[in-house]
Amino acid sequence: MEILMSCIKAFIVGGLFCVIAQVLIDKTKLNPARILVSYVVAGVILGAVGVYKPLLDFAGGGAATPLTGFGYTISRGVKEAVDAEGLIGVLKGGITATAGGITAALFFGLLASLIFKSKPKR
Amino acid sequence: MNTSEQTYKKYADARAVKSPILKNCIWAFCSGGFICTIGHLLKMLYMNFGISEDNSAMTASVSLVFIAILLTGIGVFDNIAKHTGAGTLVPITGFANAVASCAIDTKSEGYILGVGAKIFTVAGPVILYGISSGVIYGIIYYFLTRM
Repeated sequence: MEILMSCIKAFIVGGLFCVIAQVLIDKTKLNPARILVSYVVAGVILGAVGVYKPLLDFAGGGAATPLTGFGYTISRGVKEAVDAEGLIGVLKGGITATAGGITAALFFGLLASLIFKSKPKR
Repeated sequence: MNTSEQTYKKYADARAVKSPILKNCIWAFCSGGFICTIGHLLKMLYMNFGISEDNSAMTASVSLVFIAILLTGIGVFDNIAKHTGAGTLVPITGFANAVASCAIDTKSEGYILGVGAKIFTVAGPVILYGISSGVIYGIIYYFLTRM
């Protein structure tokens, strides 16, 4: 029952993140690449002002899976690195916290380019 | 005949006026929510295996990245994304799709300046501005807490 509730929360919060982006795409000139960049930067800012952590505690995967979660991870990594190492942490925290996701995306992307051929657009 | 055509046009217009934005939003909400729920369940599954919370969150993201790149490679992702719009774009799957499709599409330009460079077409801006805003936050945070 608890799992079901947390899944519903994840579904609704994650869905709302997507609806906001859909409205921005349909109503403004923001193309998908700009949406992704805005979402990451928004995630860093929301993480910095302390809004994103409570949202993450509430919605779990609903807040972690959208790209704002990636931005939040950067801000959390920077904060922890600065706490531990001072100013030098500014340069280390962001990439360290997101290393797994970035490395996986790039390496799997390379593998995909080795295995698959470009499909003609239908 | 004429009247029925007119009636039909009225009928069609009445339906068409409903801008597709509502339909798009419903698709985006359901598909985005679905992907996030999968991410949520994967994280709980990995935590059940005894993986730490941070690493479970990362592994769940990596799993979604893997699925998205696989679907991109076999050519299914674009067909899904046509309907789901932002629902597949905003979750980490959209980032993964951008990375993989740029890499696959530029194969013919070679592996260094084709795949190697163009794989960053979307990933580059995302990482650049994400990391840079992180640096700015880090500097502000340092001076706010240490001064």
